[in-house]
Amino acid sequence: MIYSDKVMEHFQNPRNVGVIEDADGVGKVGNPVCGDMMSFSIKVKDNRIEDVKFQTFGCGAAIAVSSMVSEMAMGKTLEDALKITNKSVAEELGGLPKNKLHCSNLGADALHKAIENYKEKQKAEVEKKEAIVKSADKEKCYCPYCEGPLEGLEDSCKQCEIELEECSECGESVKKGEEKCLHCGATKVRV
Amino acid sequence: MRRVYLDRIAATPLHPQVLEAMLPYLKENFGNPQSLHSVGQEALNAVEEARENVAHLINCEPSEILFTSSGSESNNFALKGLALAHQKRGTHIILSAVEHQSVLHSAKSLEKLGFKVSHVPVDKWGMVDPEEVERAFSDETILVSVMLANNEVGTIEPIGEIARICRARDVLFHTDAVAAVGNIPVDVKELGVDALSLAGSQFYGPQGSAALFVKKGVRILPFIDGGIQESGRRAGTENVSGIVGLGKAVEIAKKEMEKRNEKVKPLRDKLAKLLPQKVEHVFLTGHPEKRLPHHASFCIEFVEGEAMLLNLDMQGISVSSGSACTSRALKASHVLLAMGIDHALAQGSLVFSLIEETTSEDIDYFLEVFPPIIERLRKMSPLYTQYLEEKGK
Repeated sequence: MIYSDKVMEHFQNPRNVGVIEDADGVGKVGNPVCGDMMSFSIKVKDNRIEDVKFQTFGCGAAIAVSSMVSEMAMGKTLEDALKITNKSVAEELGGLPKNKLHCSNLGADALHKAIENYKEKQKAEVEKKEAIVKSADKEKCYCPYCEGPLEGLEDSCKQCEIELEECSECGESVKKGEEKCLHCGATKVRV
Repeated sequence: MRRVYLDRIAATPLHPQVLEAMLPYLKENFGNPQSLHSVGQEALNAVEEARENVAHLINCEPSEILFTSSGSESNNFALKGLALAHQKRGTHIILSAVEHQSVLHSAKSLEKLGFKVSHVPVDKWGMVDPEEVERAFSDETILVSVMLANNEVGTIEPIGEIARICRARDVLFHTDAVAAVGNIPVDVKELGVDALSLAGSQFYGPQGSAALFVKKGVRILPFIDGGIQESGRRAGTENVSGIVGLGKAVEIAKKEMEKRNEKVKPLRDKLAKLLPQKVEHVFLTGHPEKRLPHHASFCIEFVEGEAMLLNLDMQGISVSSGSACTSRALKASHVLLAMGIDHALAQGSLVFSLIEETTSEDIDYFLEVFPPIIERLRKMSPLYTQYLEEKGK
């Protein structure tokens, strides 16, 4: 099996699946072009995450990561929840195959977005709905070098004009001729 | 737990008679076929007998069969060997958009050497239109490669017609027939191809046993230099037991093919009919009729392939999501995308390929186990929630 026991356990029995109807914050990341999509909704009370739920379209790792992130975030203060990183999630799961590490990025990102969304809402009640819609719609893959938006399949980044190719290990975009993949750390990028 | 294996395109079980035929060549008959002594000659005889069997199956001369280590090697050999041997005549190659990675990436390597590659589109069934191939020709075209049957969606391509077009223009034609040979009748003379790849592990032969047919008189560069094996075109001590196994598998396939298909096709049809009835938002991929008799492939909307695959595996069911060669990549299948299926749907690909041992009860078991898995995964899916919300509006 390519996954650790912990990953399989969370995949089989994911915690906190669902959507909080009257959520205080919502975060969505990824899209089907990249392979995974996650959405987190949180309920906040006295600066603590009182409840968290997620939905995930994706592989076994993506589901396990979302479940783990939700478990780690539950009951934490917003500051502590923002300290949950892709690294700490992967560690808690007993490691992830390197071509699946990007799933852990998505999990932490989705939670952080939900928290940001909550903070924005606090700041500007009026703009809240637009913000959710915008942040969800704008979600794309990003160029690993300039953070410019990518559709996911193009040969070069429109923003920084770097030539891109597919990493043979994780399938993410990396600079043509790059020795080491920025996403999964594979040293042999070319097929 | 009940074990149900529905992943023939990845590997078939070894036929007991094939194993029996191989065993002496892993034990007492260990000779090197190139040795002049009798131990070596015994091995040589076995290799040549296997070559005759393979030639007999696809209707060619034994001298037109070169043994290789895998279908991927055969495809690399054909593309690179033919292109490089004929580059003085031109540097343009035509492929279909749904070829196996070993064909696509061989062509990519050739592009780095200065070749130009065109990819011919397919229709919604994954079918290549021979007229599109004709339109892709240029004065520089030297080689066309289109697969006989697609491993991911099962569609059988109009190879005979494409071969005719190539012949009329004096252009070489190779077909990757790995998913087809041993499973459906394949006759190289009838098809009119110049080169064809096949592999034993697709029809109860051993892994690591494969071959490339190259028509007599067609020039091809050696794939491995340094020896006289395989008429000097593929050096290296022969995988004698593997070749013997391939020869035996071929012999059995020739006799049993029809019977096997008569058994497996109704079960495949049952699966293709009942699955979309049992689960909503399920679509058959590939051509509904012109497809491999043991093959059924689907896209299951709102869920992702690996999550389905792992859940099924926990219930003892082995299936695949796309090609085994790309199952660890994260991107959607190039085959499904070429057929015009959108990314989200293409991520939910599930491929069933039945084996001789598959029973009607196996299909029933799958149909019983699958709906709750999908229900659970859809509950988890933001895409499904979004769909329900939009439907409710």
